[in-house]
Amino acid sequence: MLKYNIGLALRALRRNAVVTALMVIAVSVGIGASMTVLTALRAMSADPIPAKSDRLFSVRIDNWGPDVPNNALLSDLLSYPDAMALMRAHKGLRQSVMYAPVFSVTPQTANAIPFTATARAAYSDFFAMFDVPFAAGGPWTQADDDARAKVVVLGARMAQRLFPAGDALGRSVMLGDGSYRIVGVLAQWKFQPRVYDLSSRLYQQTEDVFLPLTTAADRKLLSMGGSYCSTAAAHDFASMSRSECRWVEFWVELSSAAQKPAYLEFLNDYSAQQRRIGRFHWPANVALLDVNQTLRAEHIVPGEMKIATLAAFGFLLVCLVNATGLMLARLSSRATEFSVRRALGASKAQIFVQCLAEATVVGMSGGLLGLGLTVLGLAFERAILREDYSRLISLNLDTVVTTLGLALLAVLIAALYPAWRTSRLAPAWNLKAE
Amino acid sequence: MLKMTHLSKVYRTEVVETYALRDFSIHVKEGEFVAVTGPSGSGKTTFLTIAGLLEEFTGGQYQLDGADVHGLNDNQRSRLRNQKIGFIFQSFNLIPDLNVFDNVDVPLRYRRLPGAERRRRINEALERVGLSARSKHYPAELSGGQQQRVAIARALAGGPRLLLADEPTGNLDTQMARGVMQLLEELHRDGATIVMVTHDPELAARAQREVRIVDGQVIDLAVPTRLVENAAPRPAV
Repeated sequence: MLKYNIGLALRALRRNAVVTALMVIAVSVGIGASMTVLTALRAMSADPIPAKSDRLFSVRIDNWGPDVPNNALLSDLLSYPDAMALMRAHKGLRQSVMYAPVFSVTPQTANAIPFTATARAAYSDFFAMFDVPFAAGGPWTQADDDARAKVVVLGARMAQRLFPAGDALGRSVMLGDGSYRIVGVLAQWKFQPRVYDLSSRLYQQTEDVFLPLTTAADRKLLSMGGSYCSTAAAHDFASMSRSECRWVEFWVELSSAAQKPAYLEFLNDYSAQQRRIGRFHWPANVALLDVNQTLRAEHIVPGEMKIATLAAFGFLLVCLVNATGLMLARLSSRATEFSVRRALGASKAQIFVQCLAEATVVGMSGGLLGLGLTVLGLAFERAILREDYSRLISLNLDTVVTTLGLALLAVLIAALYPAWRTSRLAPAWNLKAE
Repeated sequence: MLKMTHLSKVYRTEVVETYALRDFSIHVKEGEFVAVTGPSGSGKTTFLTIAGLLEEFTGGQYQLDGADVHGLNDNQRSRLRNQKIGFIFQSFNLIPDLNVFDNVDVPLRYRRLPGAERRRRINEALERVGLSARSKHYPAELSGGQQQRVAIARALAGGPRLLLADEPTGNLDTQMARGVMQLLEELHRDGATIVMVTHDPELAARAQREVRIVDGQVIDLAVPTRLVENAAPRPAV
């Protein structure tokens, strides 16, 4: 019966080609606008590591106290002493202090000009915590951390740039004034938003170079990310590492989300201990935010994007109201046909299903056209948005399925009233009128 | 076959009640060909739509093929209509998107018959009305008389126990009307039970008996106007 109903739908829609086209256009324009904005919104707010986002936590400790202005919200940055204390306590499954130094890289080819590379100083756990994929080699070891070894892991782009032949592993690279041995090369690693580094642009590409934080500290490299001080502090590594300035991130991976209360208790105990020794003068104020909580807390999606999404869905609603009106008019004009079908034995439910079959055809057609408009809309977005946002926006299978599904669902909802009304036509009246 | 006893149909608005049928009783036996006549607005078509289970009645009793139809839900009424009743309308009411074959197929689709069985019934019905050669034509490509023959084939395809015809020749010229009427008479001779609403005294005279409705009531059961040979009950078509 489904095939029969779809066949009837195609014939009926062909008969009223103009009205059908208007309905399909109304649906597709609404769907195209909504999906264009929704795709961008989803890309910006996507969970970057869904497999373990509920057990990876950003640790926050208030080391300034309530008297410091603008300290109501706990920062994702910690002071170096606090972060290192947590690192030494080693209470999580994996953990890492990290920050973002910047290097000048000197290629080994003749006459090559040095260039700037983004970097991440971290502990060896970082790679396992964030499921970083390797193309060659692997992370440095905990022994490298302890020995402050001059080793690095290169990002895929940097490895390709410095060693186009693909033989980076085991070679050395000049970073700043030092030579570092390459122990690992990453595969393409798309980790966006880069939730572990809220101080820089969340959607920029992952770093070019990774090195042990102990090595970076040994070389007294400062962070080029944010550093925030409640009082004036000298901007050199020795001063910063002893100060109450906040400039390093600390992330911890727990074996399960259920371990969160225990770790939070540890943080409270740590804060209480700092109060006992006279460093903190306020009750413990700590937080442990998992990946998605961190993203929400940082309001990573621009407000304009949320407003645009609401406006687009409002527009879709208007389009669907129009489609409902057109469907109602079209079905009403066929009252005699449906009355004849009732006279020949169709039940109300069968008429209802036949009307929904027509809506399904309109929905799928509108979805396909809407998909085309979404592709155009995304191309337009890529053209006008800044580079780190525009790189995120792409058409994938998820978008295709969502577009078609949304179109179908929207049209079926829009068709419910016209179909219900048509199924309840009084056949006797329509046939008498004939 | 069809028995209505003290049946009434009232249309109510906030200010007025209108009786379309009042204390209406009729008994059509299996194999009969009954003409229902009466002036416009007398209740003929209301009777036909209630008989065809397209409309509820307000009071009284209605038995179709021995079964009381009161209280049946929409699905039950639709199934009964599909299996036992064939409709022939004044305006033919063919579906313009469907060709002749598919139009005749409509009631069979709702019965969920297998494809082969449907094809057999459709071909038989079209042959019966002499339109086998036109099965791929669309209604707009046929004359009025041919369209009404398709409508009759559609009514016959399901093998109904009762044919309800509402002014079946009303939209046809004299020659075409004669052809359609001859077809109905043939069907009756083959055993069909037919109830035909008509304004036309000449057509009514060709039925086995005439029932006259005035102001929603049967006012007399006329003496058979014409005795039709072999009018005894036979299996339905």
